[in-house]
Amino acid sequence: MIAFTVNGRKRSFKGPPFKRLLDVLREDFGLTATKEGCGEGECGACTVLLDGKPVTACLVPVCQAQGRKVETAESLGRPGRLNPLQRSFQENAGVQCGFCTPGLLMSASRLKKTDPEAVRVGLAGHLCRCTGYMHIVESVSKAPSPLRERSTAALRGRRALARRKR
Amino acid sequence: MTVLRPRDAAEAVALYAARPAALPLAGGTDLLVLWTTGALNGRTVLDLSGVKEWRSIRKTVTGLSIGSLATHAELRGDPAVRREFPLLAAAAAAVGAEQIQNRGTLGGNIANASPAGDAFPALAVYEAAVVAVSRKGQRSIPFCEFFAGVKKTNLAPGELIASVVLPYLETRPRRQLFRKVGTRAAMSISKTAAAGLLWVGPDRRVRELRFALGSMAPTVRRLRAAEGLVKGKRLGRELAAEACELLRRDVSPIEDARSTAEYRLHVSQNLLADFLLGTQGSH
Ligand SMILES: Cc1cc2nc3c(=O)[nH]c(=O)nc-3n(C[C@H](O)[C@H](O)[C@H](O)COP(=O)(O)OP(=O)(O)OC[C@H]3O[C@@H](n4cnc5c(N)ncnc54)[C@H](O)[C@@H]3O)c2cc1C
Ligand code: FES
Ligand code: FES
Repeated sequence: MIAFTVNGRKRSFKGPPFKRLLDVLREDFGLTATKEGCGEGECGACTVLLDGKPVTACLVPVCQAQGRKVETAESLGRPGRLNPLQRSFQENAGVQCGFCTPGLLMSASRLKKTDPEAVRVGLAGHLCRCTGYMHIVESVSKAPSPLRERSTAALRGRRALARRKR
Repeated sequence: MTVLRPRDAAEAVALYAARPAALPLAGGTDLLVLWTTGALNGRTVLDLSGVKEWRSIRKTVTGLSIGSLATHAELRGDPAVRREFPLLAAAAAAVGAEQIQNRGTLGGNIANASPAGDAFPALAVYEAAVVAVSRKGQRSIPFCEFFAGVKKTNLAPGELIASVVLPYLETRPRRQLFRKVGTRAAMSISKTAAAGLLWVGPDRRVRELRFALGSMAPTVRRLRAAEGLVKGKRLGRELAAEACELLRRDVSPIEDARSTAEYRLHVSQNLLADFLLGTQGSH
């Protein structure tokens, strides 16, 4: 059995150890925010945070998630309660079809610097077929910083909420 | 598919000795691409990622010892690597993009033995040694002797890469360069990659030149002929042009989907000329 944390919740997986983390998230845990584009590490659509660092989930065998912390776009805001980064994407037209967005949000949420040049370098591992990137760079550089504190704060808030519900 | 997950180096080596057909796995950025094609079906995988001894970057008396599991992101950010071996830090920052650098390891890059491995030119000019271990013990392989050809290494059956050792440079080079030439800034496989170190004496004569090219032959190449030519001479346009002519002797560029052989040759000659004439390179 492979045990790890997804979005602050303990999860375990009993299937094949070499199943891709991407497929485990989507098929076994029903977390479908994470998308599959190329399946070869090139497009970044499947980007999640592994112990806080952006990785492409299509290249992670689930056995390597053992004991670690995974965060997906589901850890950000929800419809009607978007986090500031998501709101900035909405306000600055950073989303068209939206397929690349969950992965982009995960990488962007970890950027230390958000001047346009730093954003371009930091997000170079993502392809977007719709926007032409200008609006994405703008969405990230105009979002309130620091992005990272915001998303962990949002996560903490959601965890507190979950505890209250229980 | 079976996955073996050793917790330390001794266990890894013992498991590999017992299952020599197993496929070592580090960050998986090369291996998982194969998985998708079905090429790993039925294979046993030896997942090295739990071997903590092979993670660290340590200073020794004679050099820097980089564990094979150190990621490109770790290399890129490590203060000792940045200070002592900046070309390796620069190469690590040019591998794929952030997500690949967070997962891909130095050991995986080397073992994969692609002609386009971006760390190779830097490791060649720093005259690194690859430390391989097996149940029989450990041995140190000079970096330039590590590759047997495209995707082929001189690792013996049962051998794993434990670390890579970079001997400290005796004096700071006058000039140094890492350049990757690709189709786009991120994620591209190099058309060619270059690393250079140059020492010049007080008499303005070249004390030593080390220059290596990737993607210009089945394996990384040091430009021995050009290096020998400039030694003891003063650099100028004529000498640089001669060195660029000699460059051909040490490479055998291929035509492929990414470039023509002629383009590759031309670009590398320009890189060498610029480096020798000081029109490119830092410090
Ligand atoms: C989208 C994308 C972009 C890329 N861009 C670049 C690039 O720009 N430049 C570049 O150089 N590479 C690039 N790569 C290739 C790859 O990321 C690097 O080569 C990386 O360093 C491989 O390391 P890994 O730990 O992920 O290797 P793995 O996939 O885990 O292993 C690679 C190979 O090495 C063997 N191996 C691993 N560790 C050891 C060990 N300790 N001892 C013995 N054998 C071992 C494995 O059996 C396997 O054959 C890219 C890959 C992808 C998917
Ligand atoms: S689906 Fe993983 S990078 Fe494209
Ligand atoms: S919005 Fe469609 S791929 Fe980026």
